[in-house]
Amino acid sequence: MTSATTRGPIQVDGEVFSNKRVGAYQHLTLVADGIAERTRPGNFVALAVGGATSANLLRRSFSIYRVRPAGVYGGTVEIVFAASGAGTQWLADRQPHDAINVVGPLGRPFALPKEPVACALVGGGYGSAPLFALAEKLRERSCAVHMVLGASTESRLFGALEARRAAQSVTVTTLDGSVGIKGLVTDPLPALMARHSIEVVYSCGPMGMLAAATRVATDQGAWSQTAVEEAMACGIGVCMTCVLPVVGDDGVTRMLRSCVEGPVFAGDKVRWDAVGTIPAGTFGAPEVSRQ
Amino acid sequence: MAAGLRPQDVDLTTVLADSRLANPVMTASGCAAAGQELQQFFDVSDLGAVVTKSIMRDVRSGRATPRMAETPSGMLNSIGLQGPGVNAFLARDLPWLLQHDARPIVSIAGSSLGEYAELARRVGNTPGVAAIEVNISCPNVEDRGLVFACHPVQAGRVLSVVRRDTPRGLPVFAKLSPDVTNIVDIARSVVEAGADGLVLINTLLGLNIDFTTMRPKLGGVMGGLSGPAVRPVAVRAVWQVANALPGIPLIGVGGIRTGADALEFLVAGASAVQVGTAIFNDPNAPVRVLSELRTELAAHGFARARDAVGYANRPALEGVMAQ
Repeated sequence: MTSATTRGPIQVDGEVFSNKRVGAYQHLTLVADGIAERTRPGNFVALAVGGATSANLLRRSFSIYRVRPAGVYGGTVEIVFAASGAGTQWLADRQPHDAINVVGPLGRPFALPKEPVACALVGGGYGSAPLFALAEKLRERSCAVHMVLGASTESRLFGALEARRAAQSVTVTTLDGSVGIKGLVTDPLPALMARHSIEVVYSCGPMGMLAAATRVATDQGAWSQTAVEEAMACGIGVCMTCVLPVVGDDGVTRMLRSCVEGPVFAGDKVRWDAVGTIPAGTFGAPEVSRQ
Repeated sequence: MAAGLRPQDVDLTTVLADSRLANPVMTASGCAAAGQELQQFFDVSDLGAVVTKSIMRDVRSGRATPRMAETPSGMLNSIGLQGPGVNAFLARDLPWLLQHDARPIVSIAGSSLGEYAELARRVGNTPGVAAIEVNISCPNVEDRGLVFACHPVQAGRVLSVVRRDTPRGLPVFAKLSPDVTNIVDIARSVVEAGADGLVLINTLLGLNIDFTTMRPKLGGVMGGLSGPAVRPVAVRAVWQVANALPGIPLIGVGGIRTGADALEFLVAGASAVQVGTAIFNDPNAPVRVLSELRTELAAHGFARARDAVGYANRPALEGVMAQ
């Protein structure tokens, strides 16, 4: 049990410990006291970019790859990202000892099975990052862990070597066939699930991949837990920008915030085909007659 | 102005339409939900007031995503007023604010005069509400979807029904849009209709293009521009209205990120300020701005926040004599 004092997010001035290129990605380690103790697999951090007078106001949110509680250097938090825009490029350019403001840990973590069941962990690109800490937690519960990592090409795979230590089996796919099976990360999933009697499919990556992983899981009667990547402005639940349509236990679709009600959702509850829309019948949707 | 002031000696109390606030810093509507999320970072009772996200009569899903886009020193949003509706707000969110000793200013938004009136009655008759802020930047479904805020007569009608149906003694503030030919005309109209004060400004309408689709980036096509990019527009609006309608309490909002930004609004004529988009960058922004404002007031020799209000509007001669 986490105590009351180590729950919920905090805001801290982090300091860059290391910032390394890993294939096409950047692996950033920050000294950020207090984050590690609160973090569970699937949580994320929101980093401010560009300093106190930055023209890029919105925080960038990243799944937490790994945390280490305070030791010689104070607690650390690690993320993996692609430098794709002004904000992520600024992060990629940070040097050891540079300051980065951190808010976290945020969001709901992955739900863990109560029984020691077999699990498949599916990661697309750097979406694999949060799956390693999850694998560790699952192994502590005597769950068998099978990882499937996919990317467009070899340099965009993350953690294929580490996966060998984290999982009982590792399957790698690339779209261009540069390494592993040529195809989508979800292609080998049905056979893998049948072979190992997988009961839970965890996935993290682009929306299309999460939808496909959910489909495969549901077809085989397995649970699915998906960590979504929705554009966020605040990461803490106040701005209402990162919503997606999710069906509740009452059967009603609601626009839920992926930052606080997610980023991990039961895959079969997300209306993947309707992401980016307000599907008809959504709680509070405009009535057709009023249009 | 006093020299050698210490920040802790500055009197931050401010008066807005007969109601006294411990300090002039509030959250801006739509940037703080109903306070709960921010309580994780600071005590919401430390603020002069918490302005809620606009409450509508019915539950509302809001618009399709993408709902936001970062722009230079700002952002566009097209949330579409997603919210739980007034019943859930009064049952769940308002009691939470009161239990946490916050002073709630409840923002209301409607799509017809009847809806505004109903909200004014429901919210206004609930104990603990410190004031009502009227968001008039909504389309009027009874008038071809024209936005109330853009028309002096329509804006005045909203304020007149809200004032009529809000208990006497509870201040009603109108939040104005800067997307008008002359904001002073709108200000005058809503004040004549009974507004006790004005909140300046709401977002500016903007649009940007997504180069991957070569279409507007926002699901709502156009969105509201906020953040430091709009601050000079907001300060200008405060200045203009302060000069045209002296004595009407003004609340300045638009791009406040630091205590110096807040001071700029005070000396331009605002009695209080709201911190909005900066919260997305720094969840502690409202209390940080408050603490920085205290320091700024002391550094500029203002012993009371009230003394700074409208200071930039003083007659030129007084400025010369003070040298």
